[in-house]
Amino acid sequence: MSQDLCFKTAAELSHLLKDKAVSAVEVTTAFIERTERLDPQVKAFLNTDAANALAQAKASDERRANGGALGPLDGVPVALKDNTAVIGQSMTSGSKILKDYISPYDGTCTQKLKAAGMVLWGRANLDEFAMGSSTENSAFFPTNNPWDLKASPGGSSGGSAAAVAASFAPLAIGSDTGGSIRQPASFCGIVGVKPTYGRVSRYGLASLASSLDQLGPLGYTVEDAAMLLQVMAGHDERDSTSLNVAVPDYVGALQANIKGKRIGIAQDYLGEGLADNVRAAFEKAVQFYKAAGCELVDISLPHTALAVPVYYIILAAEASSNLARYDGVRYTHRSAEVSDAIDLFAKSRAEGFGPEVKRRIILGTYVLNSGYYDAYYLRAQKVRTLIRRDFALAFKQVDAILTPTAPTVAFKQGAKVNDPLAMYLNDIYTIPTNLAGICGVSFNGGFSADGMPMGLQLLGDVLAESTIFNLTHAFEKAHPEANKRPTLA
Amino acid sequence: MEYEPVIGLEVHVQLKTKSKMFARAPYHFGAAPNTLTDPVVLALPGTLPVMNKEAIWQTVQVGLLFGCKIAEVCKWDRKNYFYPDSPKGYQISQFDQPLCLGGTVEIELPGPARNIEGVHRHVQLTRIHLEEDVGKLSHQGADSLVDFNRAGVPLIEIVSEPDMYSSDEAFSFLTAIRMALVYLGVADCDMEKGQMRCDANVSIRPKGSTGLGTKVEIKNLNTISGVRNGIEFEIARQVELLNRGETIVQETRRWSIEDGATFSMRSKEKAHDYRYFPDPDLMPLKFEKTEVERLHGLLPELPFDKQRRFYQAYDLPYTITSVICPDKGFSDYFEAAVKCYNNPKAIANLIANDLLRELSLAVADGALPLEECKIKPEHLAALVECIDKGSISRQIAQDVFIQMFKTGQAPAQIIQEQGLEQNSDLGALEAMCQQAINENPHPVAEYKAGKEKAINALKGKVMVLSQGKANPSLVDEMLKTLLQKP
Repeated sequence: MSQDLCFKTAAELSHLLKDKAVSAVEVTTAFIERTERLDPQVKAFLNTDAANALAQAKASDERRANGGALGPLDGVPVALKDNTAVIGQSMTSGSKILKDYISPYDGTCTQKLKAAGMVLWGRANLDEFAMGSSTENSAFFPTNNPWDLKASPGGSSGGSAAAVAASFAPLAIGSDTGGSIRQPASFCGIVGVKPTYGRVSRYGLASLASSLDQLGPLGYTVEDAAMLLQVMAGHDERDSTSLNVAVPDYVGALQANIKGKRIGIAQDYLGEGLADNVRAAFEKAVQFYKAAGCELVDISLPHTALAVPVYYIILAAEASSNLARYDGVRYTHRSAEVSDAIDLFAKSRAEGFGPEVKRRIILGTYVLNSGYYDAYYLRAQKVRTLIRRDFALAFKQVDAILTPTAPTVAFKQGAKVNDPLAMYLNDIYTIPTNLAGICGVSFNGGFSADGMPMGLQLLGDVLAESTIFNLTHAFEKAHPEANKRPTLA
Repeated sequence: MEYEPVIGLEVHVQLKTKSKMFARAPYHFGAAPNTLTDPVVLALPGTLPVMNKEAIWQTVQVGLLFGCKIAEVCKWDRKNYFYPDSPKGYQISQFDQPLCLGGTVEIELPGPARNIEGVHRHVQLTRIHLEEDVGKLSHQGADSLVDFNRAGVPLIEIVSEPDMYSSDEAFSFLTAIRMALVYLGVADCDMEKGQMRCDANVSIRPKGSTGLGTKVEIKNLNTISGVRNGIEFEIARQVELLNRGETIVQETRRWSIEDGATFSMRSKEKAHDYRYFPDPDLMPLKFEKTEVERLHGLLPELPFDKQRRFYQAYDLPYTITSVICPDKGFSDYFEAAVKCYNNPKAIANLIANDLLRELSLAVADGALPLEECKIKPEHLAALVECIDKGSISRQIAQDVFIQMFKTGQAPAQIIQEQGLEQNSDLGALEAMCQQAINENPHPVAEYKAGKEKAINALKGKVMVLSQGKANPSLVDEMLKTLLQKP
């Protein structure tokens, strides 16, 4: 029974709880037991607090018994990437510099999850400050891919994706700055959503690159992700970049007929570097949509090739400034022996940050230098405008754009960690989305010959989450094997 | 060679808003360390700034007051540098698009004497922008302590052109800014509380030339005396250098009150690169023209404009306007009183002399604020009216005024309750005068012998008999009549 509960979708758990067929305590206990048994292999979580999760579950059951359930996800567990603020919990952001930091406040997303009655369970591993695509940049340990423990779960939300794939939690929150939700979702065979920029409040998310960061849901099915986004989304006065636009009924839109929808295919996303098996999965999906009555339209996104360099300039610039607050003065790691303030900053940061973080801080500091600002940062912003315009033009012709999520299936651990450029290129299909501020979902497009999931990505225009949920939900219904779960012993 | 100094000032002023510039925490001076903070002020991971629109509107009003061009968009930049008092490791400021551009500040130079008006001129402004204040460091032995109460307080930076030519002008500039901002009600500008701070750019050039010499930035001119003394010191230092045939190095120097001297902080080569870039956490705010027009309509009259009007409308002397006009409270109080009774000179005198004196006597240190003064303007006007109508003597009026100050009662009430009304009953007055004549033959004889001043002794006796209530001019008249009788 308890094992079965872990393999239910959030939507199924929601029904079981509503029908009082199970209690939130039973559900939470099942996930806690499975995590305690199997996470030593997967290493999805940095921190867990079973007693705290059970107390939340108990409170949920009491609410429901009194007829006061807070919504469809009341009592459903959710894992949080360890760069989001929850009162009394860790927020290491995968870094030694925040190893001992405990958040004294709840972020807006956290508040919304709590207000929906969800059971916050487990703090998921990540690349340090969300910089990376494999979770190998975590200062603590790498996370293993539940489909192949020697493979990477992707990153930076590798812990969140692995936790869902390994059925340690039915849902998880991740953050996506250049693909950090979608690429791990792809590697782990689940669904991950990068909402439109401004759709989910960033208040409470440790900033990597403010103009690119967005929190988003991960789950086994499109429906689960849509249910979670329904809770997370909405305007927030505490985030000036938050959009003041009503949140539509995502779940209600899932069942709409997709016939006649126009899906764009961009050759710019199908060039060199794309693995044959992923290309085949992509072609299969194209055929599915064609058969379902969608119109397939060739589009052009001509500035795609510039996205990766532009991204690394803008990201590094913003990150170098955003991470300046981790200075050894207030709440971070502080070096033991320092001679003066400058020495305190330098040593605390040298000891607290890992190599990838340092690399990007140095890069960002360099491109913002007054002598190079015009040549790098300003120029990158101009190209960013061109990339945004590519998508704006494309979405005049199509409702969504279908691409692979990543060029390959999950790579083995250690394969790219010493080659930052190769690691950066892994995000080539996901990065333009963040630069343009549009939304995207990664869903499982099938499995490779050796059983690894192959994610596909559907991109939507600004605030067109309902459209991409509707289209990917249709694919999922027709491909139940896409929701297969890995076997862990 | 004779040199002339050229001075530009950068003045920082804290705005009095309910909450901080980008956070909800409040601020007031003197709170226990680190009690006026919140997660945003402390830059905890995940926190974001949200702009305080009140501070933006206040800055726009300051710009309108000085005739600046107001930007169409309010845009924010990050100024990146590490310092323990800066929680985020950057300060949110405005780099290339300040809220206000250009404008002038009218100043009054010191006159030849305190009671003589000085020359007025307009000092050119470069810009005014809005930013956030930083925390405060203090040192205890080997330890450094930081208080983040002040961190994030809205701070405007008013930058002048190099358009002042003496430390007196610099001082007058600061005074004029303080007057205007306090008038506007957006700041208190108390330098002792750090609400107003000043840096100066000082250079010298041969008198008569128009070029600019090498400038030196002086920081920490954070007291009233510091501004004058620091600039004076720096001018003298530069003159001496040039006279010795040395050159002036472009650098930043710190004024030390203790030493009465400036000390080098850093040279131009070591100047910071602040790596300014637009803050991606904040969206630019576009101004509605109507909103700027509305704010323009709410501007108060500037102190010097008011002074000119007071000369014209009320015919007041500089000795009075220079006391009343710099303070909006006293000016408003004066005009409210004049509305009740039209004797501006007497009312202004009462305010500039008696009221000011009582306010400063009321508290041991400084002065009682006008808002706490118990005398209402209409009561002050009524008192002047009583004097003018002769219902009380000037002497009695002094006592009544002090009682009004203590109790807040109307003068009519005090006069009536204490029977202070000046005695104009001719019968009683005649009796008292006759009594004085009868009882004091010596002055009577003197008067009759032609010593007119001897009448004063008799007047004094009548005032004693009347317990001070007799109308002095009537007494004078009555005595003369009685004494002329054979």
